[in-house]
Amino acid sequence: MLMADRIIAASIMALSLYFMWHATELPIGWNGKTGGPGGGAFPFWLSAVMFCCAGGILVRSYRGKKIQSGPFFDPETLSWVVSVAIALVVAIALIPWAGAYIALPLFLFWYLKVFGRHGWVLTGILCIATPVFLFFFFEVTLKILLPKGLTEPFFLPLYARFF
Amino acid sequence: MELFAHLADGFATSLSPLNLFIVILGVTAGLFIGAMPGLGSVNGVAIVLPMTFIVPPSSAIILLCAIYYGAMYGGAISSILLGIPGASTAVATTFDGRPMAQQGKAGLALIVAATASFVGGTISVILFTLFAAPLADVALAFGPAEEFALVLLAFTTFVGLGGDDVLKTIIMICLGLALSTVGLDLISGQPRLIFFDQPGFYSGISFLVLAIGIYGVGEILYTIETSKSAPSVTPARLTFRDLWYGIKEVNKLWRTLSFGSFLGFFVGMLPAAGATPAALMSYGLSKLMSKKPETFGKGAIEGVASPETANNAASTGSLLPMLTLGIPGSPTTALLLGGMVMWGLVPGPMLFIEQPDFVWGLISSLYTANLAAVLVNLALIPLFVWALRMPFTVLCAIVLVLCIVGGFAPSQKMHDVWLIAGFGIVGYLMRKADYPMAPLVLALVLGPLMEKSFRQTLIAEQGNIVAFVERPLSGTFIAISVVFFLLPLLKYVKRSPRAQKVPNEPAE
Amino acid sequence: MNNRFTRRIALAFAASAALMTAAPAMAGDWKPQKPVEMVIMAGQGGGADRLARLFQSIIQKENLASMPILPVNKGGGSGAEALRYLKDKEGDNHTIMATLNSYYTTPLRTDIGVDIEEFTPIARMALDTFVLWVNADSDIQTLDDYVAAVKAAGGEWKMGGTGTGQEDSLVTAMLEKEFDIKVTYVPFKGGGDVAKNLVGGHIDSTVNNPSEQLGFYNAGKSRPIAAFTPERLAAFPDTPTMTELGHPLVYDMQRSFVAPKGMDPAAVAYYTAMFEKLNASEEWQTYTAEKSLAPDFLTGEALQAYFVEERAKHDALLGAMSEGS
Repeated sequence: MLMADRIIAASIMALSLYFMWHATELPIGWNGKTGGPGGGAFPFWLSAVMFCCAGGILVRSYRGKKIQSGPFFDPETLSWVVSVAIALVVAIALIPWAGAYIALPLFLFWYLKVFGRHGWVLTGILCIATPVFLFFFFEVTLKILLPKGLTEPFFLPLYARFF
Repeated sequence: MELFAHLADGFATSLSPLNLFIVILGVTAGLFIGAMPGLGSVNGVAIVLPMTFIVPPSSAIILLCAIYYGAMYGGAISSILLGIPGASTAVATTFDGRPMAQQGKAGLALIVAATASFVGGTISVILFTLFAAPLADVALAFGPAEEFALVLLAFTTFVGLGGDDVLKTIIMICLGLALSTVGLDLISGQPRLIFFDQPGFYSGISFLVLAIGIYGVGEILYTIETSKSAPSVTPARLTFRDLWYGIKEVNKLWRTLSFGSFLGFFVGMLPAAGATPAALMSYGLSKLMSKKPETFGKGAIEGVASPETANNAASTGSLLPMLTLGIPGSPTTALLLGGMVMWGLVPGPMLFIEQPDFVWGLISSLYTANLAAVLVNLALIPLFVWALRMPFTVLCAIVLVLCIVGGFAPSQKMHDVWLIAGFGIVGYLMRKADYPMAPLVLALVLGPLMEKSFRQTLIAEQGNIVAFVERPLSGTFIAISVVFFLLPLLKYVKRSPRAQKVPNEPAE
Repeated sequence: MNNRFTRRIALAFAASAALMTAAPAMAGDWKPQKPVEMVIMAGQGGGADRLARLFQSIIQKENLASMPILPVNKGGGSGAEALRYLKDKEGDNHTIMATLNSYYTTPLRTDIGVDIEEFTPIARMALDTFVLWVNADSDIQTLDDYVAAVKAAGGEWKMGGTGTGQEDSLVTAMLEKEFDIKVTYVPFKGGGDVAKNLVGGHIDSTVNNPSEQLGFYNAGKSRPIAAFTPERLAAFPDTPTMTELGHPLVYDMQRSFVAPKGMDPAAVAYYTAMFEKLNASEEWQTYTAEKSLAPDFLTGEALQAYFVEERAKHDALLGAMSEGS
């Protein structure tokens, strides 16, 4: 727990420095000519405050003030969280290439069948019903096109039919 | 009496069978669009707008109002059931709505939200009917300095929202504000904080992306980890008795409701502010005035009722500057404004005089749409509650898919979907380390408004910082915000010897 | 969904296709296969957005396209986001972009790796005009009054606009140079916001499009001083132009459509014909008359030449502006 707290505080400090570096592209001081702070002032000084506070947390953790003990992650369920996160990232990465109508049912299939250990019937119904719902709700009704990637040609007749 | 004659004319059109059918259709569609995380009234109105050229103009207005109201009601549904605010206006609703759902009171929370929205909508439509024209001048008196003071006020009403750890709360506020500066510096017109030269950052980081990431993906990861000890949502049942009980409960809250409606209407009416600060202020203030502030964030009924009244009242209020000044207070009203221009109407001070048929038709459809929205919403609550009884893994899978699609839909960029995944994973880790999430989200919502109005004022006043206090309206707001800032501190000091460990953390 | 062209329009686009040098052999056979994305270079609710959505609804109402036209706002970074997006869409036949003057100013001001000459021009629909406005409560009636008042304010005169580098800031810079005056330029989020702040007395003058001030003007709350147009505007017959007052300041905002690099010439012809029909529609003609827009329709090579010329003009303007401040 303590270790995790320190790592997070240190990462916030690093992030603040990165923000501050970016913010210096625009003037960060009080701009006398126009009046008021320059374009980089807000992000720069806010990040500076963030840096100091995260530094404070880091220092505090070394001062021996006990906050909480116990492991940061629950070792039993950590693997679940990690696998869901990975599946999510893989699904998102697949979308531009294989299209939302392949990637999302695949994700559902993995989540329901492999991860959730549900039966074939439920998995099958959801994997088919979800893309159908998405198509009719988002594309036909709301006119928001989802990425199709390689599957684009298969949708041309559908467009011709429904638009 | 002229007013009532106009109104009666308006009702005569809005109550025809065709229009009643349109209202119910629009409200239902709006409700489902609003209940989708990521989609809100903007999407609903944008889709319907081109269709309005096919139906007669009076029906077109009614359809738009119905969608608008339906989506406003719907925003509360995803806030309560999934804990994901569907729109920035519904952030405050998650604070108590989500805990209520987790305690198995999702049905009650939904009933409270619907009735509170109805009260808010009704009171503000009445205010709108009576005072639309004179109030336009109030909106005109609002310059950048006043905008800044108002945002500051919204912020300070929320001072007590952080967790116990002051340093972590400050970090989250600063992070939210810093993230809100990504994109374009309005004043100099220069791009800033374009990380890794990704063009997606040019338009900044939208509230929805952060909210779906943190409250959607992050929340699910968190529940997966803790699910073996406790299920996230207790299945809720709903009977007619519950419905009656809910309405009776709301009845007890008349003070919160009427206060929220007035506040919502006036804040919503101010061109810059809109419904989000209104809902936040209403939540913060009702917590401040409540006899049991410690229940807030843990499933207090008032905590659902107060922001819901205010945001509905504010969305009605925000129609006012749009109609009388031609200034849209929100993206949705901007689209409505566009629609009016297409119908050949010129919004502005003359609209009420030159186009009374349109204006009163609109006002009467607001009444009809509001009533239809509450009825349809109440009727559908059992369906929504039933949805919660799905097995946990099924619900999670569907919500994750909705997060991806809902994150993509508003601006149609994969960039946003990646950000959602990133915010979700980082948010999950930070939440485990006791970083409060509500200040981050709020800061991102209010940040751009705050920086912009602050700098505009200073430019206009040649860098004279006293200007904020000198102007009567903004001076008053700043004085009130100082009071709000000190009040919790005073309470804290008074209580501290005995009850130092009263956590007032919001729902997360 | 019947999309046969009449002979007149077929001729018209054959002519414009000929201008495009690459004469498509099978022009007219091409039809969009899927919904067409209409990228808008501005955020929701602004003047550009409103106009683009007006086009969309006229196209839908008059059935000018066989597939729906879907507007998508990409207003980030003064249009930089939209320009980069269009660049990535090379060869796409189903994307068009609604542009405004940031089409040239944004790539000039910040290097975003986009050369607008690579894009395919489709059609210029209109030129929007600019007028100098003051609050109706002020004593300023003429341009001379205005210049005297600004000089008397000694640099504290507040001019509202939509952001440094935006069209109205260029006009403001032109004014400052022409009359040797100095104003404080206060940026706001959109033209409507600017107009409201003028009427509310938070700023002293603005350079707004007539459509943004029309409501207040009709209510007698704002007063036009002079127009930045070659000729007087029909909607404001009593307002002199800058040119007739002896100051040749003319500036306008183009409203055009472009397509990605390498779009199929047949598709270009299709869209050109679509906008030509749109241009002829009654709604559009009424709208331009009411809102003081000049419906100067332009396509093909002539439009590209116009873009290049305007870009050079803006380069000079921006250069002069950064020297001045």
